[in-house]
Amino acid sequence: MKVLLTPRIEGFGGSRWLKPLASTRMLAGLALVFLASAAWAQAAAPAAQASVPSVLIKWAPLIFQGFLFNLLVSVGTMALGTVLGVFLGLAQVSPYAPLRRAAWAVTQFFRNAPWLVLLFYAMLILPFQIGPIALPSWLKAIIGLSLPVMGNIAEIVRGGVLSIPSGQWESAEALAFTRRQTMWLIVLPQAVKRMIPPWMNQYAILTMATTLISIVGIQDGLTMTRAALVAEARTDILVPMYLMLLMMFFIYCYPIARATLSLERRFAVKI
Amino acid sequence: MTTGHKLGRPIVVIEGVEKTFGALTVLRDINMTISTGETVCIIGPSGSGKSTLLRCINALAPVTKGSIRVDGIEVADEKLDKLALRRKVGMVFQQYNLFAHKTALQNVMMAPIHVLKQDKAEVEDRARRLLAKVRLTGKEASYPGELSGGQQQRVAIARSLAMNPSVMLFDEVTAALDPETKKEVLVTIRELAAEGMTCILVTHEMGFAREVADHVYFTDGGVIVEDGPPAALLGAPQHERTRAFLDQVL
Repeated sequence: MKVLLTPRIEGFGGSRWLKPLASTRMLAGLALVFLASAAWAQAAAPAAQASVPSVLIKWAPLIFQGFLFNLLVSVGTMALGTVLGVFLGLAQVSPYAPLRRAAWAVTQFFRNAPWLVLLFYAMLILPFQIGPIALPSWLKAIIGLSLPVMGNIAEIVRGGVLSIPSGQWESAEALAFTRRQTMWLIVLPQAVKRMIPPWMNQYAILTMATTLISIVGIQDGLTMTRAALVAEARTDILVPMYLMLLMMFFIYCYPIARATLSLERRFAVKI
Repeated sequence: MTTGHKLGRPIVVIEGVEKTFGALTVLRDINMTISTGETVCIIGPSGSGKSTLLRCINALAPVTKGSIRVDGIEVADEKLDKLALRRKVGMVFQQYNLFAHKTALQNVMMAPIHVLKQDKAEVEDRARRLLAKVRLTGKEASYPGELSGGQQQRVAIARSLAMNPSVMLFDEVTAALDPETKKEVLVTIRELAAEGMTCILVTHEMGFAREVADHVYFTDGGVIVEDGPPAALLGAPQHERTRAFLDQVL
C-alpha cells in the first residue's frame, strides 16, 4: 500500500516539474553534439596548434561572464517590463474608456514591433544621463528590451483578469467591495496563478533575445564568443565555441520551459 | 394583501419600475411592497425578468424608470450611496460565486473586514457563528473547490449575512443543485425567514413557495401577472397564464 502510494505523492510534488529523465537525455544529446564537433575540430587541426578542448576551457570563463551579463540584463528587463506591463494590462481593463483605448494602442504598438528596432531606438534616443543619474548603455538596453516585454506582459495580465468569471465581480459588488478592492483582493490573486506560466515563457524568450544587445556594442556572451574567435583566428573552433554558448542558454532556459509546461498542466482551468 | 402573521413596516417599495436593455423591455410597471419579516417568492417562466428585478433592488442593474426604495434609500437616485444600500441588502446567486482562493471562513470574513473595516477578531468570531448557523461547523478551513454545491451555497448565505443585511435576495439559489443538497439550502433559508429576516426569492421551488412564502408574485413577459398569498395563487390562480405555468411546473 505504502509502496503504491509513493509515486503519486512524488508526482504531486517537485519531480514532475522537470521530468528529470527527459531533460537529462536532451542534455546528453547536446553534449554529444558538442563533443563530436570538438573532436572533429581537433582531428582537423594541425598538430602545432593548441587542442580544441584546451582553447574552449581557456575562453570559457570569459564567455560565461558575458553570459552572466545576459542573465543580468534579462532579469532587469523582466522586472521593468513586468511592472510596466501590469499597469498597462490593468489600464486595458479599466472602466474608463479613453484610458482603456490608449492602453490598448500602446500594447499593440509594442507587441508588434521588432525588438531590435526598439533596442536601437532606446540606445539612440535616450541621453547618456538624466540629471545626476548616468544612463550606461546596459541600462538603456534594459529599457529598450523592456518595451516589447511590457506589451506582452500587458496582454498576459489582461487575459488573466478577463479569465476570472464575471460572477466573482458581481458577488463582490453585491458585498459592497469597490472596484479597486475587487481587483486587488479577489480577481488578481486568482488571476496571478494563470498568468505565471505565460510570464515564465515570456522570460525564457527574453533571455534568448538578450543576445541582441551584442549588436549595439554591449559585452555580452555573444560578444565575448566572437571576440574569442577573432583572437584565436581559427575556423575549426567556430562550431564548438558557439555551441558552448548555446549550451549555457539551453541549460538555463530548458528547465524554465519544462516548469512552464507542468505549471500550465497543473493550473489547467479548474473553477 | 398577505397572510400577515409577522409583518412590520414596508422595507422594500417598488413603484412603476421599468427596465430596458436597448430596444428590449425586460420589466414593465412593476409595483411591490415588501414589509420587514416578510418572505416573498417571485415565480415565472425563464426570461420573465425575475432575476433582473432582484438585480435592480441592489443596484447591480440600474432601473430605467420608476422608483425602488430600500429602507428609505432611493436606488434610482443618481447619487446613490451604493455602500449604504448594499449593507442593507444581501444577495445570493445561482452559481454561489464564492471567492475560490479563500477558505469558507475567509469568504465570510472578507467583506466585514475590508468593506466595513471591522475588527478582525470580532469578525472571525461572528463568521464562525454564521457558519455554524448554516450547519458548516468543521468546514471553516475548506476551500470552495472542496465543498459540495449545497455547502458552497450555504457559505454564500453566511457570507451575505456577515454584512448584517436587513433584506436578503436569493436568485434561483437552488437551481444548480441536486435534490438532496437543494434541501439543505432551503432549510437554511426557511430558518432565516422564521427568524424574521426579510427574504425575496426568485425560485422554481413551488413546494418551498407554498410552505414558506407570505406572498407570491407570478411574472411573465416583464409584468406581474398575478400576486397573492401562496395558497390562493398556487391553489386557485385567477389568470390563465398563471394556470398554464403552474400546470407545467407542478
